[in-house]
Amino acid sequence: MADFEPVLLRRVGRPLDIWAYRADGGYRPLEKALNELQPPQIIQMVRDAGLRGRGGAGFSCGLKWSFLPKDHPGPIYLCVNIDESEPCTFNNRYLIENDPHQVIEGVLLACYATRATTAYLYFRYEYGKAARIMQQAIGEAYAHGLLGDNILGKGLNVNAYIHRGAGAYICGEETGLIESLEGKRAWPRIKPPYPAVEGAFRKPTVVNNPETLSCVVHIIDRGADWFKSLGIPSSDPARPERGSYGPKLYNLSGHINKPGTFEIPMGITTQELIDKYGGGVWKGKKAKGAIPGGLSTGILTAAEFDARLDYDDLARYEIMGLGTAAVTVFDEDTSIVDVVYNIARFFSHESCGQCTPCREGTGWMLQILERMRAGQGRREDLDILADVGDRIGIIPGTTICGLSDGAGWPIKNAVKKFRAEFEAYIKSGQKKQTVSLALAHH
Amino acid sequence: MPEQVQLTIDGRLVTVAAGTTVWEAARAAGIDIPVLCHQPRLRPVGVCRLCVVDVGARVLAASCVRACEEDMEVQTTSPRIERSRRVLLELLLADHPSPCARERTTGDCELEALARRYGLLDRRYEQGPTRPIDDSSRVIAVDHNACILCDRCIRACDEIQSNEVIGRVDRGGAARIAFDLDQPMGQSTCVSCGECAASCPTGALTNKPLARRTGESGLLPLVPRSQTTAVDSVCPYCGVGCALTYHVRDNRILWADGRDSPGNEGRLCVKGRYGWDYALHEQRLTRPLIRRAEFYPKGPLSRDVRGTPSPPTPLPPGERGERQKTPLPRSGGEGRNGIVDYAEVLPAFREASWDEALDRIASRLKAIKQAHGSAALAGFGSAKCSNEEAYLFQKLIRAALGTNNVDHCTRLCHASSVAALLEGIGSGSVTDVFGDARLADVILLTGSNTTANHPVAATFFKEATRCGTKLIVVDPRRPDIANFAAFYCRTNPGTDVAFYNAVMHVLVTEGLCNEDFIRDRTENFEALRDLVVDYSPERMAPVCGIDAETIRAVARTIGGARAMMTFWGMGISQHTHGTDNARCLIALCLLTGNVGQPGTGLHPLRGQNNVQGASDAGLIPMYYPDYQKVGDPAVRAKFEAAWGVPLDPAPGLTVVEIMAGALEGCIRGMFMMGENPFLSDPNINKVRKALSKLEFLAVQDIFLTETAEFADVVLPASSFLEKTGTYTNTDRRVQIGRNALVPPGEARLDWQVLCELSTRLGYPMDYTSPEEVFAEFASLTKSYAGLTYANLGTTGKLWPCPDPDHSEGTKVLFAERFPTPTGRGRFVPCAFQTAKELPDGDYPLVLNTGRLLEHWHTGTMTRRAQALDALQPGPFVEVHPDDLGRYGLADGATVTVRSRRGAIRLEARASRAVTPGSVFIPFHFREAAANVLTIDELDPYGKIPEFKFCAVRLEK
Repeated sequence: MADFEPVLLRRVGRPLDIWAYRADGGYRPLEKALNELQPPQIIQMVRDAGLRGRGGAGFSCGLKWSFLPKDHPGPIYLCVNIDESEPCTFNNRYLIENDPHQVIEGVLLACYATRATTAYLYFRYEYGKAARIMQQAIGEAYAHGLLGDNILGKGLNVNAYIHRGAGAYICGEETGLIESLEGKRAWPRIKPPYPAVEGAFRKPTVVNNPETLSCVVHIIDRGADWFKSLGIPSSDPARPERGSYGPKLYNLSGHINKPGTFEIPMGITTQELIDKYGGGVWKGKKAKGAIPGGLSTGILTAAEFDARLDYDDLARYEIMGLGTAAVTVFDEDTSIVDVVYNIARFFSHESCGQCTPCREGTGWMLQILERMRAGQGRREDLDILADVGDRIGIIPGTTICGLSDGAGWPIKNAVKKFRAEFEAYIKSGQKKQTVSLALAHH
Repeated sequence: MPEQVQLTIDGRLVTVAAGTTVWEAARAAGIDIPVLCHQPRLRPVGVCRLCVVDVGARVLAASCVRACEEDMEVQTTSPRIERSRRVLLELLLADHPSPCARERTTGDCELEALARRYGLLDRRYEQGPTRPIDDSSRVIAVDHNACILCDRCIRACDEIQSNEVIGRVDRGGAARIAFDLDQPMGQSTCVSCGECAASCPTGALTNKPLARRTGESGLLPLVPRSQTTAVDSVCPYCGVGCALTYHVRDNRILWADGRDSPGNEGRLCVKGRYGWDYALHEQRLTRPLIRRAEFYPKGPLSRDVRGTPSPPTPLPPGERGERQKTPLPRSGGEGRNGIVDYAEVLPAFREASWDEALDRIASRLKAIKQAHGSAALAGFGSAKCSNEEAYLFQKLIRAALGTNNVDHCTRLCHASSVAALLEGIGSGSVTDVFGDARLADVILLTGSNTTANHPVAATFFKEATRCGTKLIVVDPRRPDIANFAAFYCRTNPGTDVAFYNAVMHVLVTEGLCNEDFIRDRTENFEALRDLVVDYSPERMAPVCGIDAETIRAVARTIGGARAMMTFWGMGISQHTHGTDNARCLIALCLLTGNVGQPGTGLHPLRGQNNVQGASDAGLIPMYYPDYQKVGDPAVRAKFEAAWGVPLDPAPGLTVVEIMAGALEGCIRGMFMMGENPFLSDPNINKVRKALSKLEFLAVQDIFLTETAEFADVVLPASSFLEKTGTYTNTDRRVQIGRNALVPPGEARLDWQVLCELSTRLGYPMDYTSPEEVFAEFASLTKSYAGLTYANLGTTGKLWPCPDPDHSEGTKVLFAERFPTPTGRGRFVPCAFQTAKELPDGDYPLVLNTGRLLEHWHTGTMTRRAQALDALQPGPFVEVHPDDLGRYGLADGATVTVRSRRGAIRLEARASRAVTPGSVFIPFHFREAAANVLTIDELDPYGKIPEFKFCAVRLEK
């Protein structure tokens, strides 16, 4: 089926322990880096590879590292964001449950590159199994001199700690994560200052995603050119940094025959992913649409499935971005009103409640959709939904973090792209008999 | 970092200090940026997002949190920004109950004002109220529908008052403010300071209107600010002296706001914010009264004052915070409900004209003077009255009656502290202001239930601990502020000297003293050293109840402090060894050099609003104004010249001595202004006999107090709220209290009454205003010299103030030398002595007395303030649950507490603030007066009674 040899997932099915990992060549990239590369060289390699963050925003990883203040007396912290809370997203869980040492190796390389001495691995509360596997792996790494003081005799000192969250989506926002790590309510911080300048415990901090860190291992191992040979360059030659490179873990869920996690070079189309990897839409039905990268990125109609799942191409269809590359398909019998209602309910529940536009806006969108589903929808509600969806968030400039951008985006997408269905729904004035959207990991 | 940055705001070039926020910079430039979640008093959080501006970045920035940057170009308004603000306001208004409780009352809902400004009166989103209303608080109404989650109340509660009651529950659209762990406000640990309601921009948290007086229907209407007269005054209660503004209409105070002043920084407590309606109480005296002939021989009139045993009003069980819901206020005819029943008392008096009443007083006092000499007369002034009234009162007693038998209630609070301070450092006043606690790295707080008795000062201490200051609390009864303490030392009652000597032992033996300071600024160190050597922590641990390691840790913390500030209250002073206790604290500060610098010093927290001023003004038997000694011939000559009469060279008697004199018959005639010794003095049964025995007693007060029942003539006085005068707070801050109301009926201003009476006594006083009195007083002192009403202004001055036109006055005293004869501070070593009456088999428990947050002293004012009375309606005794079990008593049971001097019946409440073996009774409640039990043993130096320690037992 796959014509691509997995890299990040190459060890799926192999034993999880450190002996097996080392036997498979693990920690050699780390040794290579410690022996041959200076931290600035690693940062440069990561920049040259065009590695962009896998967590959602797609920010250049090397650039992010370069924002750390030079000659800072320390400590500098690395936070690994395993608060994987975007609905239908589970690629990092899969990665950790199948190959924890790869993530630790990425952590060590990042710490070496950024001079961080402490890594906090922030797990969402529900990831008990992954956290236990990681704890075991961390213990092994300490025992093998791969964590602690003077790692591999090269003077690198890194301590790693697991921190488990208490169950809130907002802890995945990097400053919300930091607040939560500090023992506070996870209210995102006002930026500036950004975490690179003032993060955990008011010290410079890098927040990275496990998949991103795993990519670093292979960039060191195989080189930046190899990484850049996978994926799609920027469509705008003037802005080469907008390219989408490297292997990517895609999640596929929803009304699909074979849901799962697949490693594919960046840039596969939605249709190809569904057909080639997911075995097509279930029950022989047609798709009505899909969420291309986690709820907060927006909604594609089936007619838009030619969109490539990369950082660039989805914008053609007014999708906010690749997000977490978690594709959720819904079939032709699914009510779009139910899909949107589900999304609105999620974001209203998960809004931290700090900023007025998000707290009130997500609540209002939900109330309007509840009313619609109770058969009391009005035509003007659609304009209000689109308007509110457009006015809340960091992009319109009204909130501290991006949660409400994500809350508004799919709703305004849906209202625009499925307006006829909404209007018919409102007109029928009745609650439809529908299959509710199964959220893969809920 | 540059000190100044230059930027443009809406095209205008602006230069501001680095770190200034865009919002502040714009405001200073006269550009108004709408905001809801920010107030200048609060830490900005940037959550309402209304104040977003364009700073040329990809996203808009909240101007209240965004610091100005060099060359920044700020647009405070643009179509994009205005659209954002409109959407935001629309969202907030969608479920806002219009008009909300704030708009309906004081008319200043900030959200509704913005709605009008943006023309958003028609709503695209509409939703009725979906959120709860919480009516459980006595003073604050909570409507979650009007709440916009701006978190101003949370920050006010956490950061201004440090009460940490309000937080948030739930997230997203379901988010709500909540009290404690989501309790109804009235059942939470809220102390009703009202800071949240004062900070709330909408109708979510609003002051409840108070009921009118009995006999009138409805509530006192809260009206828009523009329809009230704002009177800048100060609070009539404690020595903190908070600046406030009364909002007055139709001779009624409708509400009070905290006012920004260097003292309280706009903060208030429950008494200041909600406790002013006593002045409107129907029991106010409005005409002079003369005792009817058939009520001689004199004696108590009401049941409570007679002391006739009768069961206290039973209270419904298990309703601690919920008692006594209605009706408010109480009328005078209901019998035993906390205030005097006029039906029992008034028949003993007839109304009289002012002329008749004043003539009666003058002639009777003159007659006693002629028959028995001036020494048979005495006067009690009050620390509740102004400096001017105190000055005139002592002048009347000294110049017109010819005796120095003039004293006031300071004798009962800090006389021992003052005695020790005068002896040790030559001055009885505080050496630094309480606000400077924030500059200290250690605060020693001892014998003070600060959150109850000086609530606003306590907010500064709590604030300091949040910024790293270590708080050491030493108290046998655990005060709430111990929650903020690095060390809480629960000493055994009455063992302060043992504890502090042990602390000093460690300082001396471990070399933690400030040797330079000891050498340059003190004397008699050797004597102290020789004494404390014998007080090792190991030896003292079993005496004071603190283990040796803790004593050492406390001593090392004190010894290692860069700056330590020491605060104390009645727990130190009200002992037969109260002066010794204070001497130890002075020695501790001298030993470590903690006097004379900001954030150091000795601060006995003054109780009454004007206890500092009344003492300054000479309401003390051994001192003329400004502590000029009566016994000093030169001083006497000065005052004889100023007042134009010969003065008595002998110092007079103190409060408890005067009462004893009355009992013995050597004091025969008395004039009391605003004092209520019947409830405030120790051993009430003895006071009752003494007052009954007086040949003549004139009382000048606003209500018929317990003491007035023994009076021959009662004069209707004016309340604090009706007069203008200066008051000196615990910091030495002299502030003007301005009249907000007109006195009721024929009640007169006290200074005018004093002038009138003095004139009739043959010593004419002719002043045209309190200001003129103040000028005369100030001219006779060093401390007040130069101060005038004009330069005191709205926020007052700290005395001494050598340059009142350009300076706030002196915060820190004695940076160079002490005002002692040698210029040095003096160590006075004190050996440990036990209290006078130790527990034994018959009376096995130690009784401690004190105050509650909601009440003031004998309750004359606070029990007639509706909100305060509703919050704390009746007497109780705090007993440790172990002791309740030992005596077979249930929490809430009615018990008798008996001492060798008397017994009272009241409710027992389980409390872990007291230790097993000790009980606590607040002394505010006439129906179960704690001072029936207390012992009238005195400290030999300060002549202060031992209110804090006597032996009692519990009976079912």
